[in-house]
Amino acid sequence: MTRNGPAALIFHTLVVIFMLAPLVIVCLVAFTPENTLSLPTRGFSLRWFQAVFHHPDFVQSFWNSLWLAVLSATLAVALAVPASLAITRWEFPGRGFLNALFLSPLIIPHLVLGVAMLRLFAVVGAAGSFGWLVAAHMVIVTPYVMRLLIAAISGFDRSVEQAAFSLGASEATVFRRVTLPMILPGVTGGWLIAFINSFDELTMSIFITSPSTVTLPVRMYMYATESIDPMMAAVSALIIGITAVAVLLLDRVYGLDRILVGQH
Amino acid sequence: MSASLPDTAPASPGDETPVRRFPIAPLFLSAPAVLLFAALVLTPLFLTALLSFNQFDYATGRTGGFTLEHYLAVVTDEYYLEIFLRTFRISALATAICVVIGVPEAYILSRMTNPWRSIFLLVILAPLLVSVVVRAFGWSMLLGPEGPVNGALIALGIGRMKLLYSEGTVVVALVHVMLPFMVIPVWTSLQKLDPAVEQAALSFGASRATAIVRVVAPQILPGILSGSLIVFGLSASAFAIPGLLGGRRLKMVATVVYDQYLSDLNWPMGAAVAVILLAANLIIMLTYHRMVEGHYRRRLG
Repeated sequence: MTRNGPAALIFHTLVVIFMLAPLVIVCLVAFTPENTLSLPTRGFSLRWFQAVFHHPDFVQSFWNSLWLAVLSATLAVALAVPASLAITRWEFPGRGFLNALFLSPLIIPHLVLGVAMLRLFAVVGAAGSFGWLVAAHMVIVTPYVMRLLIAAISGFDRSVEQAAFSLGASEATVFRRVTLPMILPGVTGGWLIAFINSFDELTMSIFITSPSTVTLPVRMYMYATESIDPMMAAVSALIIGITAVAVLLLDRVYGLDRILVGQH
Repeated sequence: MSASLPDTAPASPGDETPVRRFPIAPLFLSAPAVLLFAALVLTPLFLTALLSFNQFDYATGRTGGFTLEHYLAVVTDEYYLEIFLRTFRISALATAICVVIGVPEAYILSRMTNPWRSIFLLVILAPLLVSVVVRAFGWSMLLGPEGPVNGALIALGIGRMKLLYSEGTVVVALVHVMLPFMVIPVWTSLQKLDPAVEQAALSFGASRATAIVRVVAPQILPGILSGSLIVFGLSASAFAIPGLLGGRRLKMVATVVYDQYLSDLNWPMGAAVAVILLAANLIIMLTYHRMVEGHYRRRLG
């Protein structure tokens, strides 16, 4: 295998610095003891993390985001498992359309989904409802789950299922004891990527959250447009931490390169 | 993605398996998801398209009737023309920079050996999963008046510069957000490339540059094109970056839609701009599909 020359490695180092710099500075500033956004040159302090935990708005938004992400990821998986079985295992009229429909939120800008949901919620009188917010998030995370599930289902050997059937197992038993365990990496990987995407979502949510359902990214956006203090850095560092944990889990159960690059 | 192609449809002769006897089964299985998508994708988009043709009364805030004035405003009003032009300019610039940085970086990554390759692929791609608000905030600190970039400029004797709330800052932050979307498709097409072909070119006396330009580049061109279209589409509809780093003056299409909806409360006007944005995005994506399909058909035929 050929190696990269020195010029290539310098270029590569600069790109890595460019990609990491904004995240690193946020994590450093979060530990500042000062009152202004500054690097912690005179020792580290946790005061801004304490400030976050004592800020009722941020605490409430954190729980909103967490519940929203858990519910929408779980429900999206529950809908996507049967739907992706239908798409991968049967040839039926409208199959191509359904596939395109389920993946469409990937190519519709979240801004457009946001204003569209806002209009729908106004028409049906659902403005500010948490349940409808969950449903809206299900729409944007389902495509990520579907992609992994379709890959997992079409990648596995049907003869194992057929062996189970021929040995007299019922349909329900085969699904529970054979199919589900075999697609489990796709299910858990899909759940995690759905969780991350819902937890991070800003552009659609900003149109359809109400004061009581504001999510963490929306709260941060609102806060950052008015004032910026190190508390924003502390919240950001916490979000980076949560994302890092989810990313490591994702890497363990599914392989991050497989999810991001799509090498199935 | 190839997994979703029809060639993965059931082809095995297991017709006696009970799951396949009822053609109604896939409809049952997909029904919940179909209901969700009909209710929360198709219906709201349809309602928004209708809304964009409604008249808006500034005095009462009521909407109704039929008019084309919002669409006409977009193509005649200087304010909207300028915003669409600026969005196009910023997105095109961000896309070009992503090509210039992302393509060589993907090539360098592909020539690394493990474990470095996996580690750096993770470093380049993982920021994709961190909320865009956090990344925008990171850039506002890096480029702020007291930030390290200005510190370096002062140390170099150039002096403090006002970096925030400029088109340049928006472009830089967009490149940071979009770079993974360029690296991924280029990386994927590099994976399909047989390194022996490049080796062959080199052993026949081609220079490194010739090998890259004549052998590698043509094969990863579809990857570059697909990355460019994705980056351009996402940049043109980006909201958080111009919202947080563009300030009040530097509006892009997405921030204008936000203003129309939540400040001016002129929903029909906002809907018209959103519909145009959606149409532009769909055209870009469909062009991409046609191009990629055409490319493979040519290669196969």
